[in-house]
Amino acid sequence: MTRSPRTTLRTATGLAAAALVALALAGCVTSGDEPAETSAPPTETTATLEAADVTVLAAASLTEAFDDLAAQFEEANPDVTITVSYGGSGALATQIIEGAPADVFASAAEPPMQQVVDAGLATGPVVFATNTLELVVPAGNPAGVTGLDDLANPDLRIALCDESVPCGAASAKLLANEGITAAPDTLESDVKAVLTKVSLGEVDAALVYRTDVKAAGDDVEGIEVPAAADVVNRYPIAAITDPSSDADEAQVAAAAAFVEFVTGDAGRKTLDTYGFGTP
Amino acid sequence: MARAAARSTGRLAWPITAIAVVALAVLVLPLVALVVRAPWADLPELLGSSAVLEALVLSFTTAITATAVCLVLGIPLAALIAHAESWPTLPRRLLRAAVTVPLVLPPVVGGIALLMLLGRRGLIGQWLDETFGLTIPFTTGAVVIAQIFVALPFLVFAVEGALRSSDRRTELAAATLGASRWQVFRHVTLPLVAPGVAAGAVLCFTRALGEFGATITFAGSLPGTTRTLPIASYLAMQTDPDEAVALALLLLAVSVIVLLTLRDRWLPGSTA
Repeated sequence: MTRSPRTTLRTATGLAAAALVALALAGCVTSGDEPAETSAPPTETTATLEAADVTVLAAASLTEAFDDLAAQFEEANPDVTITVSYGGSGALATQIIEGAPADVFASAAEPPMQQVVDAGLATGPVVFATNTLELVVPAGNPAGVTGLDDLANPDLRIALCDESVPCGAASAKLLANEGITAAPDTLESDVKAVLTKVSLGEVDAALVYRTDVKAAGDDVEGIEVPAAADVVNRYPIAAITDPSSDADEAQVAAAAAFVEFVTGDAGRKTLDTYGFGTP
Repeated sequence: MARAAARSTGRLAWPITAIAVVALAVLVLPLVALVVRAPWADLPELLGSSAVLEALVLSFTTAITATAVCLVLGIPLAALIAHAESWPTLPRRLLRAAVTVPLVLPPVVGGIALLMLLGRRGLIGQWLDETFGLTIPFTTGAVVIAQIFVALPFLVFAVEGALRSSDRRTELAAATLGASRWQVFRHVTLPLVAPGVAAGAVLCFTRALGEFGATITFAGSLPGTTRTLPIASYLAMQTDPDEAVALALLLLAVSVIVLLTLRDRWLPGSTA
């Protein structure tokens, strides 16, 4: 969850010391200029990208899939470094709008992406994956949870995502569809935080994405919820085009290539293995 | 000569002043930006919403409770540390380190540690759950515990500083006049360090009010039960940055007001 001090500073330029601070911080924050390629002359394969650092902000639910995709992309393009920062989609959207350095944004739902598009920082987002919710319980299901109705049981410890994040919005929709009034004990800020509370055994049941259940392995058990098929989260991705950005051409090209990679066949295959649906 | 000497000691070399100004800017400018960006016109409406009031009430009640507990626990601990001056080096340093660690530890780590201790599968929590059916995480009590964990050192060090700088002769006099150790502590030592205790309590309260990492990790986030102001502010950042800024401003205002009421000598750093 990196936050750039750029915006903060912009508002305060009137103060004399700001310039000094900006200079001091610039050294720590920006990493746009990479040392020029020295050894390898341009190879025959035109696909090889120039050296660039690409920052990807991605929804927490994409953690495992994007770690994998970033590694694959780096392997195919040895001079490109992909740094992925994961968090709640809404928080990431706010960070981008507030000027956090970002070259690619992958959101767990369309509204946060729309905020970024509306701010003029991205165009033509592409939906690259879908996800649905699943009930999740700690290994062994100690509380004997059987279905969605158990989420309304005040005697059980229940964790849900807060409605301000996509998994929370989807959970609320699913529960409303089924006419269930949940009795949550905590409303977490992202889906991974919910999952952690389940794998630690601190809660008896929770709603997370089915991909998260898969990623958590043996610590948790998933319980399929048929009604969840009606609440589908669509994941859009877009390159960030901040006119005030200091990104160089190589960085822009690499960011676009990464988006293409994720939305392409290789990306599709990888996303499949992590349980994401095809849009 | 004397004048020149006075001048050179009275003023700092300009590069030092310049760097100090930069350092100060690093600390103050982000807060200035917060104030500049604050949605002043909408502030009454934003801060008057029921969700904010709920978080405000919860934050204040838990922080006051945590401060009260810190007073009860912290004053004896401060007395012990002050007393440990005569101990061998290693145990003395270990004691001091144990009290300092929560000060420097990332609060999230504190939250994880609390979960490992008091969570349903924790060291003590498991036993509490099995024996009494008592689970601590996700309760308002968990918020208070998280706040105590991070705020207690502030109280302990403020009181310890006061104890060290207090004049011990009165205590000796009381003791030679036949007062028991307990009587000396209650009727002589405590009144002597009362300003230090008050300052420590205020710092402790401010720190408890700002607690975030340990709370969200250990206590969770449920409106009215565990969602304190800092957590509400963090969540608001997901959807409504204006509301987040308004909440942040509220917390900043409370902290600044509290700190301004403190005398210089009781601020952290000047007592140790």
